[in-house]
Amino acid sequence: MAIRSFFIPFLLFVLCFCSSLSPVLSLYEDQVGLMDWHQQYIGKVKQAVFSTQKTGRRRVIVSTEENVIASLDLRHGEIFWRHLLGSNDVINGIDIGLGKYVITLSSGGSILRSWNLPDGQMVWESFLQGPKHSKSLLLVPTNLKIEKDNVIVVFSNGRLHAVSCIDGEVLWKKDFEAESFEAQQVIQPSGSDLIYVVGFSASSQFKMYQINARNGELLKHESATFSSGFLREVSLVSSEMVVALDSTGSILLAISFQNGEISFQETPISNLVEDSSGPAVIIPLSVPGIFVIKTNSVTIFIKVIGKGKFEVVEKTNHETAVSNALPISEGQQAFALVQHAGSEIHLAVKLAHDWDDNLLKESIKMDQQRGIPHKVFINNYIRTDRSHGFRLLIVMEDHSLLLLQQGAVVWSREDGLASIIDVTASELPLERDGVSVAKVEHNLFEWLKGHMLKLKGTLMLASPKDVAAIQSMRIKSSEKSKMTRDHNGFRKLLIVLTRAGKLFALHTGDGRVVWSHLLHKSEACQSPIGLNLYQWQVPHHHALDENPSVLVISRCGPSSDAPGVLSFVDTYTGKELNSLSLIHAVVQVIPLPYTDSTEQRLHLLVDSDKHAHLYPKTSEALSIFKHEFSNIYWYSVEDHNGIIKGHALKCMCIGEVVDEFCFDTRDLWSVVFPSESEKIIATVPRKLNEVVHTQAKVIADQDVMYKYISRNILFVATVAPKCSGGIGSVTPEESWLVAYLIDTVTGRILHRVTHHGARGPVHAVFSENWVVYHYFNLRAHRYEMSVIEIYDQSRADNKDVWKLVFGKHNLTSPISLFSRPEVITKSQSYFFTHSVKAIAVTSTAKGITSEQLLIGTIGDQVLALDKRFLDPRRSVNPTQAEKEEGIIPLTDSLPIIPQSYITHALRVEGLRGIITVPAKLESTTLVFAHGVDLFFTQLAPSRTYDSLTEDFSYALLLITIVALVAAIIVTWRLSERKELQDKWR
Amino acid sequence: MEKGKGVMGSGQRWAVDFSDNSTAPSSRDILDPLGFTRASVDQDDSTVSRQKKDAESNWKAQKAWEVAQAPFKNLLMMGFMMWMAGNTVHLFSIGITFSALWQPISALQGVGKVFEPYKDSKVELLGPKLLFIALNLGGLALGVWKLNTLGLLPTHASDWVSSLPPAQEVEYSGGGIPI
Repeated sequence: MAIRSFFIPFLLFVLCFCSSLSPVLSLYEDQVGLMDWHQQYIGKVKQAVFSTQKTGRRRVIVSTEENVIASLDLRHGEIFWRHLLGSNDVINGIDIGLGKYVITLSSGGSILRSWNLPDGQMVWESFLQGPKHSKSLLLVPTNLKIEKDNVIVVFSNGRLHAVSCIDGEVLWKKDFEAESFEAQQVIQPSGSDLIYVVGFSASSQFKMYQINARNGELLKHESATFSSGFLREVSLVSSEMVVALDSTGSILLAISFQNGEISFQETPISNLVEDSSGPAVIIPLSVPGIFVIKTNSVTIFIKVIGKGKFEVVEKTNHETAVSNALPISEGQQAFALVQHAGSEIHLAVKLAHDWDDNLLKESIKMDQQRGIPHKVFINNYIRTDRSHGFRLLIVMEDHSLLLLQQGAVVWSREDGLASIIDVTASELPLERDGVSVAKVEHNLFEWLKGHMLKLKGTLMLASPKDVAAIQSMRIKSSEKSKMTRDHNGFRKLLIVLTRAGKLFALHTGDGRVVWSHLLHKSEACQSPIGLNLYQWQVPHHHALDENPSVLVISRCGPSSDAPGVLSFVDTYTGKELNSLSLIHAVVQVIPLPYTDSTEQRLHLLVDSDKHAHLYPKTSEALSIFKHEFSNIYWYSVEDHNGIIKGHALKCMCIGEVVDEFCFDTRDLWSVVFPSESEKIIATVPRKLNEVVHTQAKVIADQDVMYKYISRNILFVATVAPKCSGGIGSVTPEESWLVAYLIDTVTGRILHRVTHHGARGPVHAVFSENWVVYHYFNLRAHRYEMSVIEIYDQSRADNKDVWKLVFGKHNLTSPISLFSRPEVITKSQSYFFTHSVKAIAVTSTAKGITSEQLLIGTIGDQVLALDKRFLDPRRSVNPTQAEKEEGIIPLTDSLPIIPQSYITHALRVEGLRGIITVPAKLESTTLVFAHGVDLFFTQLAPSRTYDSLTEDFSYALLLITIVALVAAIIVTWRLSERKELQDKWR
Repeated sequence: MEKGKGVMGSGQRWAVDFSDNSTAPSSRDILDPLGFTRASVDQDDSTVSRQKKDAESNWKAQKAWEVAQAPFKNLLMMGFMMWMAGNTVHLFSIGITFSALWQPISALQGVGKVFEPYKDSKVELLGPKLLFIALNLGGLALGVWKLNTLGLLPTHASDWVSSLPPAQEVEYSGGGIPI
């Protein structure tokens, strides 16, 4: 028996029952969507191309920073098709060729692909090699033909290619020998057979190559030197002129290369703009006759009049995004301009040659939380009265995508959710009188209809249409999307932080966005970069009136010693309660296991000078902290030089300003890995909020093993430095992987194991007293998973029943890590078929339920694998007692049961992380997987032993009870009558 | 014994005495029938009744012993059923074990009642009672033993530590790779 307990026979029954079940956790077809939801996103749009042919549906092709190519419906914003390229296959450019192919250039300009526009099937793929790395430029001329074949011109890797649009064959290629030549633009004047490649060489030389588009023959090569050098960006103002800035950013240069003659026209910016301050940057655009420069926060639009003559047409302080030019009619080109002004955005569509005339001028109310417009793409359509209408696709600061048409937002997509960087969960408000609860049913008729349908379904009278209606009713059940806490704790808010620095609260019932909040910009910090999310205040006992809040740590700039910003956000409302601009950097955040009287968690923030700062800065927090001062340690992992250091707090900071919340630290210990043989590739600590039910593990024959449960263990994996190259860069003999378990208080290495012939990447998960890690075995040419379990041997002689009965043991008394632990470890390895993107483990409220590993596979699915398969006590022939305990006979590889994919038929594209949140019901855990897509489901690793299942027939129970009561009454009557008759006899 | 045996009275007044005077005549005023010597009859009568009494108490004692031994059969049957039920925990074995525990307990509670009919000043009930109690205790022990073999008794260390929470650690350490 797994657990021998006299006191909880019920639990025992349940466990027996569960252990006799197979670990498969599958789902019936009609249960899909009841507890899970799936959302598809694409990420921040980099480039958009419209396809609005007369035939076929109107769509827009976009490429995004998540390396997605997608075709979106222009009417509703839905995804027609979508492809996620690999993370190292960054998209450089997209365009549409021949009106039916989507051409993409990716992977640093070395892969050119063509996709079928209607369905997204790949048509062809070409690899473009070149002598050196360079900027990648894609040009799909509309009317350049070589022998009836449309041509794509690609400049990549220092080479110019002409590629056939039909089959991807390279028609000709031309190398640019000059070593330092950096092409900036590839220009193909319409109607000619010439291609101009312009760029800089050796920072002060401008070069122009004129090439015959038919055969790649170099016709002309000119170069000119400008003594003070150039900034890299150029703006193309006509097919024969570009505008650039000199290296100081103060002089505008009009570079014309008409007829192969290069000429410079210098104009100091100060001549154009009197109060210009600071260096300017040019915004790369291609609007004929107009270019945009930016100095500080001022955006200046400059028009080119005549040869080298400039005129400032507009200056604005508002954040502005400008689209490229769109040819609308013969010789006319339009472009769009979007300005952000408070709660509104102003749209303007202008003709390139006529600044003062607006084709369109509108103002649209815009949610403040979307921030400023980042990008705008313009498309036109012909109205019924033959005038031009325009639709604008806008990418906002929070990475959302909006389509604006006729002064209104037609659709919007929250594509910021494609790049989640941190997730935490929060409770919903308690249900109280007066708290508005979602309407249960709309009216009596609907209610009756619903119940009739359900009755039909129960009596199996429902037609397929009715079944579908019942199914949709079940899925849309208002019960699960209420905005209040439920008894089982299934309804929660998932607070997610996206790369754009926006917080979203997602409801676990249906995945809708409850609120969103863009990180506050302050005077001190213009562009905070969100880093991490922590639970700041989780009221549950004596502070129930307070709302829970989260702490967002952000940094004011990309460097690690930039000052940090703390934001405290109320999770019920999404309001920012407070924002602190710190004077110090934030390098480490250590949530402490102490809370103050308002349930605010104490946090220790370590800056780049290794000073620890305590938050919240209250005297109460300080007194709690002082009380535990000598027991608080911290460690830092310097993975670049292979050192793990332990630190202790010393005293108050010594500085010119007295800050009693700042503490000096001292180094306590360090573990130095030899740099020639080991390189840290993974460190995994235990989850801070994990609950462990028991310290004992009962094994066969009622024996006990005591788990070594410590919050302060770190799993570290190192590999041979040679292994960091690609697959095939190292032989099995010179490759190894070393796994360590390190006590982070004392620096003691509890366990060390070397896997020869193994290499990274290592994915690991640490829970209770075990760690599971995944790596590649070069000898076996397979992926492997290993488990290490760690047990406390010093407690093993606590076996006297009477001592235990009378509590005369010290098993629960606090222990210090400085007392030398005697640990033993057990470990085992298994082959595993898939490579892995993420590993997580289920977590439940009390930690009683057995655990499952959640493995994000390379196919972007999440596989649930019972921890019992990764039990180091498995053996080939388990004894009867071990079998009863539930030990599975040892096999060489871990089974992959198709039914145990918790994502069932769905894929979480670009899977990055899996988060588990315990529900209040012990058997159930909530699982959230995020990548480009989001997926959420509930999971019961040992089945729902503590509640009735969804499909439990309450009707049958009721009928049975009624029948039993009736039977009792009838038999009672009968027996009474018989008794009476007996008495009369 | 015969009932309604009349004894003729003298004089006009008569009465029918339905009471049974055969063994203990209530009045001595009635003359004995001729040829009847009371002494011998009395003596005779008393020996008969004594014999009867002896037989009854013997019978009672025998019965009491029988009753006292009855749980033994029960014990054997229980043992057989336990053997049939096996050593795994399921509804059948649990039911049998609990009935095996319940029967001796309820029997022990009603020890007095069981031996009530055989109560007699001359019958020594202590022996049977002790046997009865011993046998029932045996049955109880069998039930407990069965409970133990089923693993439902907290006799191992594992039963006492399986819900012990992990020990608190004095020190706390956090950190990791710089963010």
